[in-house]
Amino acid sequence: MGDHSHGSPEGSGTVAKADDVAQDRFPDPGLPPHRPRIADSDPRAAKRHERQVALLFTISIIGTLFFFVSYFVLGHLGDMTFAELRVQNAALGLGTAFAMLGIGVGIVHWAKTLMPDHELVESRHEIRTEEDRQDAVEIIDTIIDESGIKRRPLIRNTLIGAIALAPIPAIFMFRDLDRTGNTAHQMIESLSHTMWDKGVRLTRDPSGTPIKASDVQIGSVFHVIPEGLNEAENVLNEKAKAVVLLMRMDPAEMNISEGRETWNVDGIVAYSKICTHVGCPIALYEQHTHHLLCPCHQSTFDLANECKVVFGPAGHALPQLPITVDAEGYLVAQSDFHEPVGPAYWERGKH
Amino acid sequence: MTTTNEFTASTKTGRLADFVDSRVGASGMVKEFGRKIFPDHWSFMFGEVAMYCFVLLLLSGTFLTFFFDPSMAHVVYEGSYVPLKGIGMSTAMASTLDISFDVRGGLFMRQVHHWSALLFVASLSVHMLRVFFTGAFRRPRELNWVVGGVLLIMGLAAGFTGYSLPDDLLSGNGLRIIDGVMKAIPVVGTYLSMFFFGGEFPGEHVIPRLYSLHIMIVPAVIILLLVIHLFMVVTHKHTQYPGPGRTNDNVVGFPVGPVYAAKAGGFFFIIFGIIAMISGLVQINPVWNYGPYDPSPVSAGTQPDWYIGFVDGALRLMPGVLGNFSFEWNIPFPWGSNTLVLSVLLPALVPAGALFAVMFAWPWIERWVTKDNREHHLLDRPRNAPFRTAMGAAGVVFYSVMWAAASSDLIATHFHVALNDVTYWLRTLFFLGPIIAFWLTRRICLSLQRKDREIVLHGREAGIIQMSPEGGFSEKHEEIDVYKRYLLTSFNDNKYIPAQPDAAGHISRKEKRRAKISKFFFEDRVAPVTPSELEAAHAAHGHHEVEGDKQDSIEK
Repeated sequence: MGDHSHGSPEGSGTVAKADDVAQDRFPDPGLPPHRPRIADSDPRAAKRHERQVALLFTISIIGTLFFFVSYFVLGHLGDMTFAELRVQNAALGLGTAFAMLGIGVGIVHWAKTLMPDHELVESRHEIRTEEDRQDAVEIIDTIIDESGIKRRPLIRNTLIGAIALAPIPAIFMFRDLDRTGNTAHQMIESLSHTMWDKGVRLTRDPSGTPIKASDVQIGSVFHVIPEGLNEAENVLNEKAKAVVLLMRMDPAEMNISEGRETWNVDGIVAYSKICTHVGCPIALYEQHTHHLLCPCHQSTFDLANECKVVFGPAGHALPQLPITVDAEGYLVAQSDFHEPVGPAYWERGKH
Repeated sequence: MTTTNEFTASTKTGRLADFVDSRVGASGMVKEFGRKIFPDHWSFMFGEVAMYCFVLLLLSGTFLTFFFDPSMAHVVYEGSYVPLKGIGMSTAMASTLDISFDVRGGLFMRQVHHWSALLFVASLSVHMLRVFFTGAFRRPRELNWVVGGVLLIMGLAAGFTGYSLPDDLLSGNGLRIIDGVMKAIPVVGTYLSMFFFGGEFPGEHVIPRLYSLHIMIVPAVIILLLVIHLFMVVTHKHTQYPGPGRTNDNVVGFPVGPVYAAKAGGFFFIIFGIIAMISGLVQINPVWNYGPYDPSPVSAGTQPDWYIGFVDGALRLMPGVLGNFSFEWNIPFPWGSNTLVLSVLLPALVPAGALFAVMFAWPWIERWVTKDNREHHLLDRPRNAPFRTAMGAAGVVFYSVMWAAASSDLIATHFHVALNDVTYWLRTLFFLGPIIAFWLTRRICLSLQRKDREIVLHGREAGIIQMSPEGGFSEKHEEIDVYKRYLLTSFNDNKYIPAQPDAAGHISRKEKRRAKISKFFFEDRVAPVTPSELEAAHAAHGHHEVEGDKQDSIEK
């Protein structure tokens, strides 16, 4: 019968015990009778299993040897072609796999066919006995009493105060995780400035060659970095903010808002390449619909409408870089972006 | 202990064993664990898989640390992979390439490490699902359920911190996303990002920092939790599936020595072998194809490792703007306006937070609703707890919809459907999917329970067609044996418990709420067959020849 229960102390009869209600239930017939395996009665079968286990272990030995062969014979350090490396990698993997599977499958096969398969029964015992609980309570009472912490609240309260304060310096220690030495204000400010400035030429990414307005045909797209980026002190940091996409559209198809009329050069427009969602580079331009698509989370921006969000998780339009042409016909920036590029943050505010 | 040891071993091994035993008391340990009983079931292996993957991660990871240099200092690659020769990159990336191309077996070890990590989180997840669906988290194992949940989170942390270390294009874009999510946190987010990256993204500090977390802090926490987890398993003894002879007070299974130790120990080698085979044959994370991190390029179809997918998918599902309404709220303050980036915050925190919150709280929720505070060492067959199985299925669907969303672009390109439509459908499923899954799963469970009743009451279909003297055809039903019948009838049957007044005779609002949930969960239920019902069924069918109660009616 499965209706004995633990006499756990808190179960003072108010809570039913597992299997307490034995009224109308089928009795437990007990473990089903053991079914012998072939190897239990047939010594020839047992011998066969023994040979199988030994064979599996031998396969493991061969696997290990194969590993050594792959390691020393197939591997010529330094002058391997990529194809040779792949072959060696596969050989090392297979050698290890057979070495390990031979042992593993062998042991499990041994356990399943040759070791006894009689299930045994063990009884559970209480996790905590009532006796232990009482002893423990008594010990803790003694400890509290001997320490006097209850009787001397002055000690207790000052200790709590001291312990509460002591870890706080550890938190402040992490202030210099920021390695720039910037003040809080400078940190926030740094996000709204890029390398772009009045007269900085738009150049191709990554070569750094300047772009003439006449090179930009309708429908084409250029990946652009500011001139001098590759010589900057912190190339990746600057690049992460300054990358720009340059495209040309028929000006008649573009809706241009007030104040931005002079930001393009005959339909050549430059927008930040950093997605305003969480900052992936927006690499895909669909010429036909003039949509820009971010491959990370599929935010879609409409070039005809000043890169407003038309689909996806981005929350605001891509910042536009005002551009013009210099005396030599090269495209240059009129100024920096008028708003911070990239993902929004608490201090970004309205722009 | 002043008595001298009288025992003298006769063999060399015996003397050595005695030497150790008489100094550390190993006899006690052998007595305790040598023949300890572990129940045997295939579904109990998932936790083992996770543990063995972790061992493999430690082994392969240690090897990798001997060659990896977690520095972001700029170098020009001069190793043997020709296409990248002369390209500038970080030292971390260059040393990852060196491990792959200039250390024999290094690529193999990298692949073992990556595949083990993927399998580690997968087996942790499946193990958690097994525990959930069988009710193994119930008293006294609630705390171990919580420890397991934290282990899962630490598994994600380990995966995430390791994923970024090679500093390749793909993982760099992953960090960029983390930067964007961090910046969305109100008030402190921007500073958090600056502290994490040591300045502006990407900076030159984040890889060494992730490295300390990845090889020291996170594994140390995992080892600590793993020890606590196993200690509690020993304290509680393992749960077992219900069945004849298996009660709430016993453990039926195989002793540690030799059978269980052999099976479990052998299993480690099997896991190792399988991972070695995958790592030898299936390429993973070919960083040389992605190239070093550069904030400008990105490859289409970018995917995080599978276990981060559900968060990435949630980010994709969230609309940033609806018509003219933007989920980036500019809140006017006296000092200017601040931005609350709900379009990132909501999907990054809410679904994952809700999932883990319900997961952690579930043992207590279930205890509160069912008023069942008993110790449970016998597992539930999932069909016998329709409410829980349905909740679990709802959770799985909720997770899977987000997970699928992480591949929305690939779904669109592979099945030639519009990306926008995929997203709209997944947005709908995000809300409706869990509800449908709950309803459907509960119906399936109840039907399976009815089928069990049917089998107990009318026997199983024997596949034999009988012809009666009148010429009618019918299929013969055979009475099932007592063991099978016990399995099908002995389950924990939760009933609707109406609101109960407290000691003062009041029915509190909380109790009313509990009763409502209880009604919702247990209104529809299928009770186990009782002996009297079976008797009535026999009488109705005129089965006088029934011999089911006799034990010899089982298979020979």
